[in-house]
Amino acid sequence: MGEPSPYRAVLASRVRAQFSYRVSFASDVVANVAVGVSEFAVVYVVFSRVDTLGGLDVWQAALVFALANLTFALADLAVGHLDRLPRHLRAGTLDAFLLRPASLLGQLATSEVSLKRLGRVGVALAVLVVALPRTDAPADLRTAALLVTATVGGTAVFAAVFVLAGALQFWLVEGAEAVNSITYGGSNAASYPASVFPDPLRWAFTYVVPATFVAYLPVLTLLGLPGPAGSPSWLGWCSPAAALVVAGVAGLAWRAGVRYYTGAGS
Amino acid sequence: MTRRTSPEVVLEVRDLVRDYVVRRPVGRFRRERRVVRAVDGLSLQVRAGEAVGFIGANGAGKSTTVKLLTGVLVPTSGTVRTCGLEPSRQRRELARRIGVVFGQRSQLWWDLPLAESFRLLAAIHRLPRPAWEPRLADLVDRLDLGGFLTTPVRQLSLGQRMRGEVAAALLHSPGVLLLDEPTIGLDVLASERLRRFLRSEREEHGTTLLLTTHDMGDVQRLCDRVLVVDGGRLAYDGDLPGLARRVGAQRVLVVDLAAPGPPLHVEGATVLAVEGDGLRQRLAFSPERTTAAEVLARVAAVADVRDLSVEEPDVADVVRQLYAAAAQEQRRAGDRES
Repeated sequence: MGEPSPYRAVLASRVRAQFSYRVSFASDVVANVAVGVSEFAVVYVVFSRVDTLGGLDVWQAALVFALANLTFALADLAVGHLDRLPRHLRAGTLDAFLLRPASLLGQLATSEVSLKRLGRVGVALAVLVVALPRTDAPADLRTAALLVTATVGGTAVFAAVFVLAGALQFWLVEGAEAVNSITYGGSNAASYPASVFPDPLRWAFTYVVPATFVAYLPVLTLLGLPGPAGSPSWLGWCSPAAALVVAGVAGLAWRAGVRYYTGAGS
Repeated sequence: MTRRTSPEVVLEVRDLVRDYVVRRPVGRFRRERRVVRAVDGLSLQVRAGEAVGFIGANGAGKSTTVKLLTGVLVPTSGTVRTCGLEPSRQRRELARRIGVVFGQRSQLWWDLPLAESFRLLAAIHRLPRPAWEPRLADLVDRLDLGGFLTTPVRQLSLGQRMRGEVAAALLHSPGVLLLDEPTIGLDVLASERLRRFLRSEREEHGTTLLLTTHDMGDVQRLCDRVLVVDGGRLAYDGDLPGLARRVGAQRVLVVDLAAPGPPLHVEGATVLAVEGDGLRQRLAFSPERTTAAEVLARVAAVADVRDLSVEEPDVADVVRQLYAAAAQEQRRAGDRES
């Protein structure tokens, strides 16, 4: 038998572990579906009261909603748990990852997988399928290609933003390494809030800002609508390029964060 | 000319310094920045096959040194070589050659059975099945893990978990095993069992052992060399009898007698305390001059002993005495000069 891939083995194990608690898994998925549906309900109510808002009618807005949610949920599914890094930092469990012959980011990314977020993915896909025929998007290959490009690019953008947010934790969790080296961690971990980022801020930076690129612009291109302030229509194809840029920044920040943690220089 | 590192030196540390920057909030927005030096000019060498006990008080720099040796931390200055590699730069390569056990931090997956943890670690180390399965079978047998391989780690007792941790650290057959407080919190039987295993592992595979500990028993039963650190510096490097000789550390024999009696003044021991009209007596003796068995024999000749225990000198005490002795020597040297 060949060598099994480390990350795949861990990931497969995490997936199996989630399915072993079937009832709680099912209720988690249902809760995620409910959140997705209620968010869509807000969009639907707002847009069905007026003919157009921001140049979009209700089904066109639904398309933006679907793309943004789909890509966010997919990225969240893959690497959303990076926001647990503070817990690892404070409890000192990050060291265990550093003692294994594998990349830190790879190990953290595969350390969990929240399949319950498939609920959000499902809602987004449903909205997409329902909304698409109700807009005047042509049912052709170009539309399909644009949707695939936007999904892949958008997921990558959100994933990179999660990594970037994770990297910042190395600095935000003050003196993390010093703290758990000197006090042996654990004891004071409970006295901190779960996440360093206040929720609205996290929401704005990880959701609203990139969503413009990954959902709004592709939908404008898809529908042949003019972009804001005369931006070129091909901009809707550019989310993979945006993803490369964000991923580059995130990669550098992550490296710097790890170096900061190990004390390799500031 | 650079000195060539001899091949059998597996751990080498020279002029090692590691600072931590601790920031403490002062008032609402300001933060006070304080530099704490955890390791302060440490130099040491460990050769392949040695078993070294690394002792010192809390905050003496033991754990930090282990982290520097494994590449979890990067030195502030000085050099570290582990298995000939620079730990922080070659962390992943080094991880294949060393095993590390942190007594207070689990390497295992909390929600998975031990067997599954081992399977994942084998995958992470990219060990082919024919290599790790016989190794695991051997470890399961010698560490007696068979009874709880399918139990989730979080349900294991501390002793069971520690044996699992040790097996996890040794699955990839590393040549060097670093243990940070491996017996902390374990009862006497569980510690002894772990020590017996570590001794056998060393005998069979020539594994180099470096362990930090607070437990003199660990050092006595496992190590042929002791390093004492204090304030981030090396305070003693030698064998354990030498350390005890240096500080005159004494062991204490506690005897419970069948009937109350006068203090037991026997040869080679001094009475430290008498409780319950002499029902329980504490006798200090120097392990350099006599043995617990000899003292006991002398006590048994004059009194009826019902129960007994032997207390080891506390590491913290030994280190304190080591420093007191060093300070006294300095004073004496000063006196001679003046």
